[in-house]
Amino acid sequence: MRPKKPSLIGLVKTLPKNMFSGLVVSLIALPLGLGLAMASEAPPIAGVITAIVGGVIVSFLGGSFVTISGPGNGLVGVVLVAITTLGLTATYAAIICSGVLLIILGFLRMGKLADYFPSSAIQGMLAAIGLIILGKQFHIMLGNKITKNSGIDYLLEIPNTIISVFHFEDKGLIYAALAGVLSLGIMVFYSKIRNKYLQLIPAPMWIVLFSIGFSYYYELILKAPNPISLDYMIPAIPDIGTIITEVPAPDFKMIGTFSFWSSVIALTLIASIESLLSIKAVDKLDLEKRRSNVNKDIKALGLATVASGFLGGLNVVTVIARSSVNVNNGGSNRSSNFFHSLFLVVFILLFSTELTRIPLSALMAILVYTGYKLASPVIVRKIFTIGKEQLIIFFSTLLVTLKVGLISGISAGLIATFIIHVVVTKSFGLFVKNILKPNVLMYKEEDGSYFISVKHFCSFLNFNTLKTSLEAIPENNDVIIDFSLCGFVDHSSMENIDDYQELFHKKGGNIEVIGLDVLGAESKHPFALRRMLPVQKMMPDNKTKRQKNLGIISDKFELSYEYEKKYNNSFLEGFVYFQTKKIEYISNELKEKNSKYQSFDVVFSEGEFIAKEVVRTTMLYIKAPNEIPAFTLDKEGILERFYALAGYEDIDFERHEDFSNRFYLRGEDPDNIKRFFTDDLVRFFESNPYYHVESNKKGVLVYNKERVASIKEVKALIDFGVRLSSVINKS
Amino acid sequence: MNTTVFKTIGIGVTFSPNLEANINEAARLALFFGSKLILIHVGKSSEDKLTAFSSLLSSFKDQGLVFEVTFNSGDPVEVILSTTEQKKIDLLIIGALKKEKFLKYYVGSIARKITRKANCSILLLINPSKDRVCCNHIVVNGLKDPKTEETLATAFLVGNKLGASKITVVEEISDDEVSVKVDDDKSLRRSTIIKERLRVREEMRVKAILKTIPNKLTKDIKIKSQPIFGKRGYSIGHYAQVARADLLVMNAPRKMNFWDRLFPHDIEHILTELPTDVLIVQ
Repeated sequence: MRPKKPSLIGLVKTLPKNMFSGLVVSLIALPLGLGLAMASEAPPIAGVITAIVGGVIVSFLGGSFVTISGPGNGLVGVVLVAITTLGLTATYAAIICSGVLLIILGFLRMGKLADYFPSSAIQGMLAAIGLIILGKQFHIMLGNKITKNSGIDYLLEIPNTIISVFHFEDKGLIYAALAGVLSLGIMVFYSKIRNKYLQLIPAPMWIVLFSIGFSYYYELILKAPNPISLDYMIPAIPDIGTIITEVPAPDFKMIGTFSFWSSVIALTLIASIESLLSIKAVDKLDLEKRRSNVNKDIKALGLATVASGFLGGLNVVTVIARSSVNVNNGGSNRSSNFFHSLFLVVFILLFSTELTRIPLSALMAILVYTGYKLASPVIVRKIFTIGKEQLIIFFSTLLVTLKVGLISGISAGLIATFIIHVVVTKSFGLFVKNILKPNVLMYKEEDGSYFISVKHFCSFLNFNTLKTSLEAIPENNDVIIDFSLCGFVDHSSMENIDDYQELFHKKGGNIEVIGLDVLGAESKHPFALRRMLPVQKMMPDNKTKRQKNLGIISDKFELSYEYEKKYNNSFLEGFVYFQTKKIEYISNELKEKNSKYQSFDVVFSEGEFIAKEVVRTTMLYIKAPNEIPAFTLDKEGILERFYALAGYEDIDFERHEDFSNRFYLRGEDPDNIKRFFTDDLVRFFESNPYYHVESNKKGVLVYNKERVASIKEVKALIDFGVRLSSVINKS
Repeated sequence: MNTTVFKTIGIGVTFSPNLEANINEAARLALFFGSKLILIHVGKSSEDKLTAFSSLLSSFKDQGLVFEVTFNSGDPVEVILSTTEQKKIDLLIIGALKKEKFLKYYVGSIARKITRKANCSILLLINPSKDRVCCNHIVVNGLKDPKTEETLATAFLVGNKLGASKITVVEEISDDEVSVKVDDDKSLRRSTIIKERLRVREEMRVKAILKTIPNKLTKDIKIKSQPIFGKRGYSIGHYAQVARADLLVMNAPRKMNFWDRLFPHDIEHILTELPTDVLIVQ
């Protein structure tokens, strides 16, 4: 298998698509950059500078493909502490030093650093950061600026702030609070509305557009000053000339102090962890399933951080939400990162004065939502289902981080995890004696598959050895991981292995884990045991009305009906629609007796973090009688014409003008598709209600709206499917 | 090439619960190899002891076992080593405990000291038993080392005598030999190619050695070659455990110093975690 050379032609071909996704990403990066910088008490423009510098440097030197770099939310807490203790100019110096440290980490190949932190501790740390952001910005969102000492104090003050909103006398404050609440509403409800025109602009940008529109409404139509209190507007943003001429000089005077270096280390630690976690998550989203060169990326991020520090920006990290938006909008290589910063430059050049029309409270609503997502109860519930002991780790990290600081917090998490492991196994020696041993044996068996045997124990302390072995296996191979010689496997390892299983599966390989049942039987291994049992319970009598009606339909149409959740849905693989989406499960399955077609509700998520949307849709799957070409058929609208400009081609038929005008058909093999679309099939589509139809060679996927269908709609869908299936079978 | 393998087999004996099992194993092996058995007892000689040993061996004596008991007082390690020299013992059998205490690791148990210092081949038995347990699968190292040829030959001889059905030659290839570190898809592809090349090279080398072994020794035994990328000494033990080998045959180590013991490598790994019976060929 010869690798595809990244040719210049290929790059130029993908440029329009990447420019488009860069534009969408810049729409979310602009408000986020301003907000994150302000939340860290740095000048708002610092966030945008970070994104611009990061985008330019990392797009040229980075080792990942579809990631977006910029100011990270994880760093808000650390930068905030640094600025309050060191002052702004010394913080720039600390940022530069942390950039240098990151470069060194990259050269030492420490890209694996994040593996040494137990996942529950990282979750706890991120949740604490989320609470710090939420706690502080919540008050500003509601027009009540206060100053407190620690993150916990801010959180405790939240009820008072809510009460005080109802007693505001100052109209300016009331308007500020209203703007905040409305913006929060936009953030929360945006993901619930599925409309492709609305979704084209990310929620944070809608907030910006509304705010600016509101301000102009007052200025131009009511001829009145903006009613929102001036204290709650974004402070003046310097124009591009001032930014270039008045670069703040970093102050290295404090370089000998302890507080300086503790800030540097905290910045480095959080920047690397956030970047590594994001890179890992984004790699999973990549359509081409490329493997990022983590160490190269860390070096690039470090260099970008140094540059950003000198230019008055913050730490450059890889950011998950923006990266996922990038993937969802067709970003396919690093050029989208470059375009994202290019568009940011354009925004600052053209609209820097307009940005001061955004109320601070509206901007902070975005951050409150971000903070909430980091510390959402869903995370706590997820950790609880893994095991109670994980909650101890989670909360000890969380509380120590809030009360003392990030470094103490993550250390507390490490210690708590280790103590719990010792208690669970009732053996201290198991870990101490074996920690340095090369406990992983990997060899290729005669049939070409790989066998990995793990001895002693496998936890966050030594997962790296297993990881190195797994990394060295091409992902299209079959792998067996044998834990039968292993006395203990922790939750972090199981979670990581699960990630690898997904990765191998996507690339055509397979990882099978054996030997864990032995552990379970000894009942020493609650982590492993609980990880292995999927939570799959549903009360038999707990059917909804819709489910009962579906049962009735199934009798009428002579279909079999299963309402249980199904997690293994390999038949949905290969559909373009699901390429950027993560399928969680399907349920309410109505199946034809010979499995010729089936309708089901599918739950999937799109995007990550604050850009994450969970969607439930009813779909129909028809099994193809023999191999058919892969294609996508859509209604042709304004968006599709726009996509055509960005390089997506529409296949038209000369003989069927009506069809060609109304439908947007694309696929990789136009000739074959044209042959497949016989006159009968074209006429069928022309004369029937519109459905989105897609083929993955093995089958056809049909759906209409991105929501759960009503009983009537399910009937129509099945009817459409039955008739479509007969037309396909004929042709 | 000698066909008797071991002319004289020695075993250190004390009156422990394992005595009967140890003596039985040693006697059985001596019969298999047609060699003389020497029981080395650290302590004063006495009639009682001699009759005790003789009675244990009586059933083997009927099958034609030649044996001798030596008595010497002093430091056990010294006594066993000097007797080995005197009596020209070329295989010393040591009954090992499967799990040794953590602290002893640094101090070195008697068995381990002997293993390090002895000039003859050594067989470490993890569970000696009174009755015969057959030896099916032998794992032998195929390191790139001058001693390997001799070790492989011994493994086949022993395999023949004990009736083994399968011998796996494990070539441990150090990760350092793979000059490419895996970072992304491209480096993974390169490292996979390099590994494949190393694998072929190692298999060729082992095949060349196997050709020097007489056909009559190899014809009844299934031979498998298994290259492993991993830490030397450690991965072969791990492999023997995974492959459920009955005997692991290894080269004797080069002389060791204090640091080797502190940072265990090669044979030391095996000594800390005996995966199965181990034969160290001198």
